[in-house]
This record gives sequence, structure tokens and C-alpha cells, in this order.
Amino acid sequence: MKQTTEYKSASNLEKTLTAGKFAVTAELGPPKSADLEHIKNKAKLLKGHVDAVNITDNQTAIVRVSSIAVGKLVLDMGLEPIMQMTCRDRNRLAMQSDILGAYLLGIRNILCLSGDHTCFGNHPTARGVYDLDSIQLVEMVRNMRDVKVFQNGEEIRNGKKAEIKEPKMFIGAAANPFADPFEYRVIRLEKKINAGVDFIQTQCIYDMDRFASWMEQVRNRGLHEKCKILAGVTPLKSVGMAKYMRDKVAGVVVPDYYIDRLAKAEDAAAEGIKICVEQIRRLREIEGVAGVHIMAIEWEQKVAEIVEKAQLKKR
Amino acid sequence: MIVAEQKPIEEIKELIGPHKRVLLLGCGTCVTVCLAGGERQVATLAPILRMSTKAEILENTIERQCDAEFFDEIKEQAESCDAILSMACGVGVQMVARVFPDKPVYPALNTVFCGTNDGAGQWSENCLACGDCKLGIFGGVCPVTRCSKSLLNGPCGGSVDGMCEVDPENTECGWQLIYDRLKKLGKLDILAENAQPYDWSKTHSGGPRRLSREDIAQL
Repeated sequence: MKQTTEYKSASNLEKTLTAGKFAVTAELGPPKSADLEHIKNKAKLLKGHVDAVNITDNQTAIVRVSSIAVGKLVLDMGLEPIMQMTCRDRNRLAMQSDILGAYLLGIRNILCLSGDHTCFGNHPTARGVYDLDSIQLVEMVRNMRDVKVFQNGEEIRNGKKAEIKEPKMFIGAAANPFADPFEYRVIRLEKKINAGVDFIQTQCIYDMDRFASWMEQVRNRGLHEKCKILAGVTPLKSVGMAKYMRDKVAGVVVPDYYIDRLAKAEDAAAEGIKICVEQIRRLREIEGVAGVHIMAIEWEQKVAEIVEKAQLKKR
Repeated sequence: MIVAEQKPIEEIKELIGPHKRVLLLGCGTCVTVCLAGGERQVATLAPILRMSTKAEILENTIERQCDAEFFDEIKEQAESCDAILSMACGVGVQMVARVFPDKPVYPALNTVFCGTNDGAGQWSENCLACGDCKLGIFGGVCPVTRCSKSLLNGPCGGSVDGMCEVDPENTECGWQLIYDRLKKLGKLDILAENAQPYDWSKTHSGGPRRLSREDIAQL
């Protein structure tokens, strides 16, 4: 009893990070159809290899099975979900209602995101909501948990005499060390921390020097002590994918030397895994990096191999 | 100003299709300035419609279509027509409908935004008329309008080299502009503060807005 009250959410991810263990998270993208087998197969590939798994929320603004539903499905399979929630598709009423519902279903981690703009997705004529931004979402979830109030200040209770029953989430947000203005990126991270973030997952890192320079700014402000930072990596499957990430995904920097390595390799996919493992080893050495977030995009079957080769297998 | 552009000619022809005598009515205010629906555009569109439709097209332009008092001078002419094709913004078109309750009215323009003229043939959106101006905080650059996601707490990950990922060729990142301005003004500390959720009830989310000013009403 005493131990559980010390935690904010008592999620597995929170316990791992609080214990100072190097955390491993991965990503599970729900399917574009009501395909239960697809979800089960992906979950099986990840189970036992990661501390928690991000369930994306209509990623790249394409309609998919909801992150809450898939979160509950993987939870029942013994995998801890991190429910992603974007500001693109919901206003503050829908967000709070979904947070309450997700909590009742057993979901204990949330990642608060702005969300990819609708123009990139499969419903480009849709209206983007953006009632709140990601920082305001973080603060709302924190206040729901710690102050036990809704965004409007009302207590979270079902009536004047009813007991307060607040959703206790472990709160995450994203950070992109590679977008501009570079000097503002750390200030914005600090804003997220002030809003109440517990952990950060970064955009996928290829340019180690720029990431190291960002982490130095983070440490100079002592931010690594105020939240847990998980460094994002995405294994490259091919030269084509590397170029796509470099040219088409805003805020991702892929240095040429990686592209050269993939081009020269006999087996580009194997080389991509090798690069990813090297990156994780380097990231582990950087002070203030509390874990790694492996975003193997539609390549979940490689997560176990990456975890093993990076000597992170302990789960 | 309110910026508008002419609809495709085929759409306009379809709108006035069944009518025999149509008043093409320009507006002398915003749409004149943005070269979309003033006297000159009326003079250009009228002959095109005469050539491509069977309708008789009458031409006129009043000073402002958003104000009922300017319609007196064209009342007789308008009554003699089957329909009015307004070259005003959406506000003007609706005033035409109000002034002439029995007349069909059609828009010849698409009203696109409140914006600035950025050079010959160039305009850009700057104001969403959100009803709670925060330009004083954000260095004179509006995050609600100029950020594609209306973010109030800094740029998302899609800001690269000063441009927005939504349209990296043409659209500047509003947050880069805010950052640059506040840096120049020595006020970057403002950007370290967390901006609270916006009061969207002052926008159209709160329903169609009205403004009553007692000081004017009493004059």
C-alpha cells in the first residue's frame, strides 16, 4: 500500500524510470481496419522486449483504430500501453472524457502531442481542432491527476457529495531537438516540464552531434533531473527510407554518412539495424538519457533483435 | 482588409443560369483594393458573361455592400432585375439578400481571409478575428492565425529553416517569426511562460458574434 502511493500513476514505465533503470519503449501503429489479428501479431512481437509501448493516435493524420481501444487490447495481452493523444482530433471535452475512460480501462501512461496536420493525412479536408496545444494538454492531465480538477477548475467528482476519483496518468510529451528555432527547443522542453511532464520521448535521432549539443543545453538547465528523457531511434530499412526521412519528414536530420553506409552495404536492412544498435549504445553513454524509444515503423519484428543486440534484454 | 478572389467563370455561369436580367454589383471597399470585385472587375466580368450566357447583364458598383444605406442609389435598377450577382465579400452578399428580400442573390467571389497585401498580386492571412487579441504578447505576430495549428506555446516539430511543414515553399513558420521579433525586442523571456488554453468562446465557436456599443447607439 505504502509503495503504490509513492507513485504518480504506478505504471510499469514509471516504476522502471523511477528505479533508474534504462527504459525501453517501442511503438505500435494500429491498423487502418478493424483487424484484430494485426494488432495481436504486433503485440506478440513486442511483448517481453519493452517496458511499454506507444499506441499511436491516427498517426500522420490517417484514420486508424483508436489508441485507447488498442491500448486496452495490448494491456489484456500483458503489454503496457502508452496512449498517444493528439490535439488535432479532439477538443478539451473529448480529451478529458477519453482520459477518464482510458484510465478506467487500465491505461496509465499518456503521451501528449500536437499531432500531425490534417493536410498530411487521408482526410486533408478535415477541420483540425487544436483547441489546446500539447503543452496545455500536459497541464490539463497533470491538474486532473494532482489537483484533481478538470480544465475548467471543477473537481473530478460525480456530484457534490460524491468522492473525488481522478485519473492518475504518467505523463509524457515529445521533444524535437532537430527542428527550428534550435535555441528555442530547450526552452520549449522546459515549458513542458513546467506544465507537468514526467517523461519525454524525442523525435528520431540520427545526427548524434546535434542531439549531444541539445542534451548539453538540457543538462545546463538541469532539465534531465526534472523529467526522464527517452531518446528516439528509428531503424532505417533502406537507402530509400533514409532519403525519405531526410527529405520528406520535417524536423528529421539524416546525415549523409548513414545514407552512404546503407548504399554500400550488401544487406541494407541488416546495416540499418547495425546503425540503430550503435546509436543506442552511444545514446546510453550520454548523461541524462534515461531510456530509448524504438520507433520501428511497420518493422516491429525487428525490435526484439535491436533490444538484444543493444544488450538491453532484461525484461 | 477582407481579401477575396473571383470564382471560376463556369461556376458563376451555373449560378446565374436560369436568370434573364442580372445586376452585376461591385463593391468599392475591400474587394476593390484587393482587385477582386470593384468597378474595374465588374467592367471585366460583365462582357464575359454577356458573351457566354443569354442573360442581360447590368453593371453597377456601390461604395460599400456591407452597409444598407449605400443601396438606395441602386434600388430601382436592382428591382428591375431577376437576380443580383454580387462581387462583394460574403458579408456584402448577405447584405444584398437582406436589402432585397425577394431577389435571388449569388456570390461572384470566394471570400478568403483578412489579410495584408504583400506585393503585386500577393496577399496573406493575418487575422482570424478571434476576438481576444494577443499581439501585444507575441511581438506583433499572431500565433492563432500564422501557426497552422494555432499553437500558443511555441513551434511544433514541423518548423524547419523558418518555414512551416504544411507548405514549406511558401508559408513561414509563425513561431519562427514570433521568436525572431521577440529576440530583436529583447523579450524572449515571454516565450518561457506557459500560455493558458485559449478562450475560443470569443471566436465563432461561441456562435455568430454581435457587437453593441452604447456610446455610438446614443449619438
